[in-house]
Amino acid sequence: MKKAIVIGGGPAGMQTALQLARRGVEPVIVERENALGGKLRNWHRLFPTFTPATDVLAELRRRVDEKGIEVHLSTEVESFTAKSVKLSDGRTMPCDAVVVTTGFTLFDARIKEEYGYGIYDNVVTSTDLERMFNEGRVVKADGSQPRRIAFLHCVGSRDEKVCQQHCSRVCCVTGVKQAIETKQLLPEADVFNFYMDIRMFGPGYEELYREAQQQYGIHFVRGRISEAAATHDGRIRIKAEDTLTGRPLRMSVDLLVLLIGMRANDTNAAFAAGAGLTRAASGFLQPENLFLDSVRSGVEGIFYAGAVTAPKTVGETVNEAIAAADAAAEYLSKN
Amino acid sequence: MAAINFGYTISQPRAIDIDRNNLRKSDEILREMPELQTCIGCGSCTASCTAGNLTEFNFRKVHTLVRRGEYQGAYEELNKCMLCGKCRLVCPRGINTRGVILLIKRKLGDF
Repeated sequence: MKKAIVIGGGPAGMQTALQLARRGVEPVIVERENALGGKLRNWHRLFPTFTPATDVLAELRRRVDEKGIEVHLSTEVESFTAKSVKLSDGRTMPCDAVVVTTGFTLFDARIKEEYGYGIYDNVVTSTDLERMFNEGRVVKADGSQPRRIAFLHCVGSRDEKVCQQHCSRVCCVTGVKQAIETKQLLPEADVFNFYMDIRMFGPGYEELYREAQQQYGIHFVRGRISEAAATHDGRIRIKAEDTLTGRPLRMSVDLLVLLIGMRANDTNAAFAAGAGLTRAASGFLQPENLFLDSVRSGVEGIFYAGAVTAPKTVGETVNEAIAAADAAAEYLSKN
Repeated sequence: MAAINFGYTISQPRAIDIDRNNLRKSDEILREMPELQTCIGCGSCTASCTAGNLTEFNFRKVHTLVRRGEYQGAYEELNKCMLCGKCRLVCPRGINTRGVILLIKRKLGDF
């Protein structure tokens, strides 16, 4: 039986392994963390249906268990070729093909110093907010309820100043989803979303945006917050331009949520150098052909699935994993 | 005594300060017609506006300012509207724009 190593045990990796097994290939998942699930482990609900992330995760894990797929946790990959994967502990695992499903890295909001993440207690990121949703409450650092909350879109996306020129795609709808969830928990609170563009590319997203506006009364202000500063009473004073009226806008909020983007993993550079792969200008790995071979790397026996090639939704990732596994299985049947 | 003209004036801050603005009227307007909140700022209303073709009247800007609690001059601006309803025909969000104009005028008229 041919063996394929799947690097990364998030939704892409789990689904790839499952499909490889269905196609008669022996999959081995190598995961850096001590559990399967990737970034999905930290998420509360998924847009646009508010499906609990655990529903998706638990089902994928159950199927991986059921198939008896070999999983190596807390195992870091240093480099690989199509025929072997070298681990950081010095071991080498031989194989017949590799599927790279290493996903993305969350943008570190501290780099955008002007927003004060890590400096002011009441500036949080979208991931911090998901943790609060998991705890069932949205509160300020002192435990009190926020009355006015601002969301800032595109933090670490579409921003040359932090070398992230690409659009992370999913943060727009995440901002709309989180604004609605915040309003559901705190109906009396005023919620403002500051955006540059609102990109509602998926089915049901535009409808969700409209629901946020009309049913939940969330205020959307077109303008990027330029800076945040603490007030004497621990609130956050923000500055932006209300570009639709052409006037500067100032306001204080109790909580500022930064919708952080998806950036390319630092490991991509070493992986690319070691295996002869191509990286896009954004740092994500570049598929052979965006239209006909988006799961092929351009190097024989190495395939991609999920956010390792570009920011993607969970649904897109899981579907792409099937395509990647099929391409790998087809390759293995011929080689 | 007439003020002495020193040859300069004091400019008022141009910023919209949400902390200072009284959003009560704005909240009332949005509560009565929540569809106004769905505006995506496309500008079709202003592009098709007869009054806007002849004057500086800009419905999109006026209602956005009103939603931010900037009521100054809004009522007078809206008097330029001839209620022809072309903006309602073109609005991609289906907002009853004429209804919005009448509502804002009613809410701000009793100032």
